[in-house]
Amino acid sequence: MVGRALDRKLLRDLWRLRAQVASIAFVIASGIALLVMSLSAVEALRESADAYYERCRFGNVFASVKRAPLYLQRRIEEIPGVQSVQLRIGAQAVLDLEGFAEPLMGRLVSVPEGEQPILNRLVLRSGRFVAAGRTNEVVVNESFAQAHGLQPGDSISAVINDRKRELRIVGTAMSPEFIYVLPPFALVPDKARFGILWMGRKALEAAYGQEGSFNDLSLTVLRDADTRPIIRQLDALLEPYGSTGAIDRRDHLSAWFVTNELKQNEATARILPTIFLLVAAFLTNAVLSRLIATERSEIGLLKAFGYSSAQVGAHYAKLVVAIVLLGIALGWVLGAVLGRISTGLYAENLNFALLIYRPGPSSFLIGALVSLAVALGATFRAVRGAALLPPIVAMRPPAPPVFRRRRGGGGRLRSWIDEPTRILIRQILRWPRRSAVTALSFAGAVGLMILSLQFTDAIDALAATHFGEALREDLALGFVDPKSTTVLSDVERLPGVLAAEPMRFVAADLSSGYRTHRGAVIGVGADSRMTRIFDVERGPLPVPPSGLVLSESLADKLGVRVGDDVWVRVLEGERLLRSVQVANVFGSYIGTAAYMDIVALNRMLGDRPMVEYVNALIDEDRLPALMARLKNLPAVSTVALKHVAVASFHEIVAASLMVFVGFFSAFSFALGFGVTYNAQRIALSERGRELATLRVLGFSRHDALYILLGETLLLVCVALPIGCVVGWVLTAIFVNASGFQTEMMRLPLEIQASTYGLSVLFLLLASLVSGAAMKRQVDHLDLISVLKTRE
Amino acid sequence: MGSDGETAGDRSAALRAVGLSKIYGSGEVEVRALSDVALDLYAGEMVVLLGASGSGKSTLLNILGGLDTPTTGSVLFEGQDLTASDDAGLTRFRRDYVGFVFQFYNLIASLTARENVALVTEIAPDPMDPEEALAVVGLEERMDHFPAQLSGGEQQRVAIARAIAKRPKILLCDEPTGALDSKTGIIVLEALESVNRELQTTTAIITHNSVTAAMADRVIYLADGRISRIDRNASRKAARTLAW
Repeated sequence: MVGRALDRKLLRDLWRLRAQVASIAFVIASGIALLVMSLSAVEALRESADAYYERCRFGNVFASVKRAPLYLQRRIEEIPGVQSVQLRIGAQAVLDLEGFAEPLMGRLVSVPEGEQPILNRLVLRSGRFVAAGRTNEVVVNESFAQAHGLQPGDSISAVINDRKRELRIVGTAMSPEFIYVLPPFALVPDKARFGILWMGRKALEAAYGQEGSFNDLSLTVLRDADTRPIIRQLDALLEPYGSTGAIDRRDHLSAWFVTNELKQNEATARILPTIFLLVAAFLTNAVLSRLIATERSEIGLLKAFGYSSAQVGAHYAKLVVAIVLLGIALGWVLGAVLGRISTGLYAENLNFALLIYRPGPSSFLIGALVSLAVALGATFRAVRGAALLPPIVAMRPPAPPVFRRRRGGGGRLRSWIDEPTRILIRQILRWPRRSAVTALSFAGAVGLMILSLQFTDAIDALAATHFGEALREDLALGFVDPKSTTVLSDVERLPGVLAAEPMRFVAADLSSGYRTHRGAVIGVGADSRMTRIFDVERGPLPVPPSGLVLSESLADKLGVRVGDDVWVRVLEGERLLRSVQVANVFGSYIGTAAYMDIVALNRMLGDRPMVEYVNALIDEDRLPALMARLKNLPAVSTVALKHVAVASFHEIVAASLMVFVGFFSAFSFALGFGVTYNAQRIALSERGRELATLRVLGFSRHDALYILLGETLLLVCVALPIGCVVGWVLTAIFVNASGFQTEMMRLPLEIQASTYGLSVLFLLLASLVSGAAMKRQVDHLDLISVLKTRE
Repeated sequence: MGSDGETAGDRSAALRAVGLSKIYGSGEVEVRALSDVALDLYAGEMVVLLGASGSGKSTLLNILGGLDTPTTGSVLFEGQDLTASDDAGLTRFRRDYVGFVFQFYNLIASLTARENVALVTEIAPDPMDPEEALAVVGLEERMDHFPAQLSGGEQQRVAIARAIAKRPKILLCDEPTGALDSKTGIIVLEALESVNRELQTTTAIITHNSVTAAMADRVIYLADGRISRIDRNASRKAARTLAW
């Protein structure tokens, strides 16, 4: 029974304040929605990846060899912990599609004719599997087919073992092995320029002379089996057959990228919404305290009637809870819908064959609890402030603070500032705390906008450094086998090639103590002008005559510094093990590279000088002729054009990272608007009487509006530079957050002037737009009621 | 009772103030609103407090009603020292025993007349029905109107109904007719008169208007924060006979 009248007041207050209720609820909702969206999307992606791997029986261990006999299968199966073994033939090939100027790269993978492979099963998307006895049939991966509009029935030519062959596409498929379709030597997937071709085993055996043998292996292990001893035994078994070393699923190229991508998304999903939620919480706090402060006289009145502070507090808590619940409900729905959409977008980018969106309750609860706690905290403080006053004091408007006239300042102020301006300046100066909180909430909104928008800057800076400073070649050519250095002059003679430099790429395990990294040592010439060791702060570094130059992330991973020794186990040939000193460490945004002088590398390997890659500068005008020539060079297995890599880097990064970032930007802009709208709305309710009185005294509508908006605009102007600093700090927190820096990539702290400018402009615009909404209210101030009743 | 000729002196004090002082601010800006005021309000009597602006009337009333606390001195209610009470004690005192009427009505705009009264009856120990309280002030017909739909006099009568609905021991009115014209003011005073008569509520009314003094048992004059004089009326005039 108690509180029925109060509850009715509550409902009517909510309705009376509906515009503000809506905008506060939206501020709360945006924080929660982002949290729910991000966390549930990450959760869904992880679940989807696991389910995909499970359903398609994605291998746990992978290995490739030069050529090994099929009868090893039984011995591999006998390794304790091994469940199933799949022996395949795989090869790299240059593809030629009519109507596409560049040569494309392809990976050929053998499959049993007419049926699913036992491991790494395919998800057939159209057509059928290759039929027995048809040596020219292939199934291609769906994303490649889509990129070129290929359908079952179309054909594609490939240079297979030095012979150009016409292949017929009979189906399209997806596979857990190729979620990330990454061309060799590329940074990001390239759907159009790298295709997977599943071909009948017999056809590949014949083409590569691999009858009775295999060169590619994958196996699954029993549940909970440790892969490390299995890999050791497998390596021992396969070593005589030219194995480059077995790897765990963790290090499988596609799976590694998926893991990294998920890790990065997860870090983004944790850090960004957390920052966002906290800033939103601060804004909620600021807005609610001010809202309740305007109810001060009602609080006093209720207290005068004999309502206890607790009862009054409970009443306002209910008001706030109602607003927050509205925000939570809105945030949940919005978050779940956006979570589903963004999971879908990701799954599409990542080539997931299936998608599970089944968000758990945790993200929903975290968002709701944080928002509720913050809002109630703000309410508690604000109500307490009013309830602790003797009721009669609370019922009166707060006593104006003593305004101290600075010596001489008052006179000067008077001489050149008009009356309305003086009113608004004094309003700010007399309530410095409230002005500061308002300005800070504007700054917070600007900061969030900057944080959201800087991603584009960071990605651009990263690409500019990586492609513009470190990898300066126009073209990288890879060969089927390592070539002698004479290939350099062959490449130089190709049409359009202006200069060529050699590069070695030697697969190796780098280790220090118990830490190991499976990667490669890249050999570059001491005078290399194309591939440079580029430190993001110090610029290009010289290639030392001996020793390794590690990227910072690799040095961190191995826990080594300049001067330490690293064990390098080469994963090919004689599988040498050498201790090499770290000569230098360079800061890099991308990857885990290890460079070495090519001469020193050759000496260490004891080889005659060889090259796996040739970098080249080319004449753009003669590109078509060069491409046409490369399509028919059987020795070339990789053609990587830099401008293509740059474009696909932007495309892929834009498609994946920008899914979240797009939503974040939208929300931060909405938040900016919500904050300015609320600030002006509350200023109006605080100043309504005063403005009406001024109107009665003969000030114009324009003057009244000027006093109301002037205060907000002045605070906005104060807030803008602070907001830029806040944005920088939030970004710094974000890019340095340990979770966000993965082996694959770390974002530079790079904010363009235009990002600051855009955020600043938007907040100004938002305050002008919400100011326009205030104009109507100011025009309709009730002048009569002011004269009749007291405050 | 005043009307049947008994003197107030025969009755016990409902509220007793001893040595009340109230000082606002400090140092240069110190304002002494009350200085050493002693006053008894007797059960069931009606007193009128008269005095110029700033004479301390409102401060005294607010302290008597537990809305404010004195700087020194004490207020005794039924033998208990209110100034020794904490916030919860003062809240209980106001909730259970005191009704307030303010010059500017202080109705909650978002509640109807009936709901404004219910706001108080819901927390009082032995209230009347809101409808009954509104009937006492003659507003039974307009119970479901919002404040904005009522005239000033009607709003003030709602405020009186709200103040008396809890059957307070003490009714404190700060300029209840200050914002009203004389005709409406008299209707409001009639309502206060009938509450005092029918419910035996000790009533204190602050006013600027010396005409009002005629309806009181005693008239207390304040000047510069002190009681300058207390007059006892031989007989109370009915509110409806007043004019100004």
